[in-house]
Amino acid sequence: MSKPAIKAEGLVKSFGATQVLRGIGFEVAPGEVFSLLGPNGAGKTTTVNICATLVRPDAGRVSVGGFDVTRQPGRVRAAISLTGQFAAVDGLLTGRENLVLMAKLRGLKRGRELAADLLDRFGLAAAADRRADTYSGGMVRRLDVAMSLVGDPAVIFLDEPTTGLDPEGRLEVWRTVEQLAAGGAAIFLTTQYLDEAERLASHLAILREGRIVADGTLTELKQMFPPAQKEYVEKQPSLEDVFLAIVGETGQTGQAGQTRKAGQAGETGKNREERRPT
Amino acid sequence: MKTLRDTAALLGRSMRHIARSPDTIITVTIMPIMMMLLFVYVFGGAIETGAANYIDSLWPGIALIAIATGVSYTAVRIFFDKQKGLFARFRSMPVARPAILWEPVLTAVVSNAVSVAVIGLAAALMGFRPRANLAGWLIAAGVLALFTVALAWLAVIPGLVAKSVDGATAFSYPLIFLPFISSAFVPTATMPGPVRAFAEHQPVTAIIDTLRALLAGQPPGSAVVSALAWCVGLAAVAHGAAVMVYRRL
Repeated sequence: MSKPAIKAEGLVKSFGATQVLRGIGFEVAPGEVFSLLGPNGAGKTTTVNICATLVRPDAGRVSVGGFDVTRQPGRVRAAISLTGQFAAVDGLLTGRENLVLMAKLRGLKRGRELAADLLDRFGLAAAADRRADTYSGGMVRRLDVAMSLVGDPAVIFLDEPTTGLDPEGRLEVWRTVEQLAAGGAAIFLTTQYLDEAERLASHLAILREGRIVADGTLTELKQMFPPAQKEYVEKQPSLEDVFLAIVGETGQTGQAGQTRKAGQAGETGKNREERRPT
Repeated sequence: MKTLRDTAALLGRSMRHIARSPDTIITVTIMPIMMMLLFVYVFGGAIETGAANYIDSLWPGIALIAIATGVSYTAVRIFFDKQKGLFARFRSMPVARPAILWEPVLTAVVSNAVSVAVIGLAAALMGFRPRANLAGWLIAAGVLALFTVALAWLAVIPGLVAKSVDGATAFSYPLIFLPFISSAFVPTATMPGPVRAFAEHQPVTAIIDTLRALLAGQPPGSAVVSALAWCVGLAAVAHGAAVMVYRRL
């Protein structure tokens, strides 16, 4: 087992009288996509902010990339990138300028080359020299994600990266996450969408009222619940089925009828589904 | 070294903001120019300052009002960077900590220098005739820059803590008002006792007396010491407070 990319132990954090985290711990390995799930206000963003050196924990320890977040924040910052809930791009700068700025702030040379490469990868080459405030929501988010990849950080925090994205934009972010994890980066993903976590995460934890109530792989989490049960639901034929059965079979219908029937076949499959008792 | 490099990188971004969105500078210059017109062509005839040319004695006060207006944009810039998440992005990156706050402060110095220069040109059209030598100009520019730095550090605090844009700019109103209770527009000797005492001992009067003397080509005397002490003192206190607020974010 390699050294963990993130290791948190006994994290406690309160804001005023509200106790947000009540002693949580978890480990994320390099190349792993770790997804922290939980309802709004469960403490997901606070956990990300502590790991990303933005918020100091009241108690507990976190090491990221082997460095302690409170004692060596500078080393941690050099190893991470953070994509927050709001696309943090400078609207008055062009996409290219935003990326070059990131390279400068990370002390990298060849910022323009890096920027050109990322613009290509994220399908922003055509809009590279337009101000980012003229971009669509999906483009801004792509630029935002691209900006956090400048300098190949070893640990990437993505705090609800697909909120407000159209389905195509979501898919693009998903593909990027998969590529990054395949490249060996550790990814800490928070999301509202369970399908997103199910698709991307190799390791999940569920946060509830400041505590982690479940932690494991998707298979492990599924095993914590009673086994899947098959339920058979009697399917009543619809008028359309009846109609198609009568008309369609005799070969009297045209092309439209055939297409309709093909579509319908997919639908019927859904009537028999796996259900879990809740 | 790293602090300088990071500050330069961040400053490059805000210089582009100024170049691409000059509306802030225009907004900042309009009100002071209107006031200049009002004081010179409407009130000026009734104000007895003893100066041969009223606009020469009026101009420093107008410049300070412009700077006080201008720094409210420092708070606004920080507020929006914070709201958009850019601030968190910079803070989570290996960026030298001082660079993150010096960027808006130095941006204020540049944008206010442009505003003050524009107001100076407008004043020149209205008969403003400074007679300062090179040293006098440099000292005057230095005093204005220091005043800007002090007020900009003050502006960082509401920029960091405000919950709304209005909250971020509210601090600047008393600052804009301060020159009125000073030697900027009328001689302090004409004011009633307590007001006069305040006017003669507040920083703006020392700064205005310094600028007036320098621009008239005269030695500023002890006023320059007092003006510099006020600016440096205020900048140090505001800087300390701003850094404290920043650390608690």
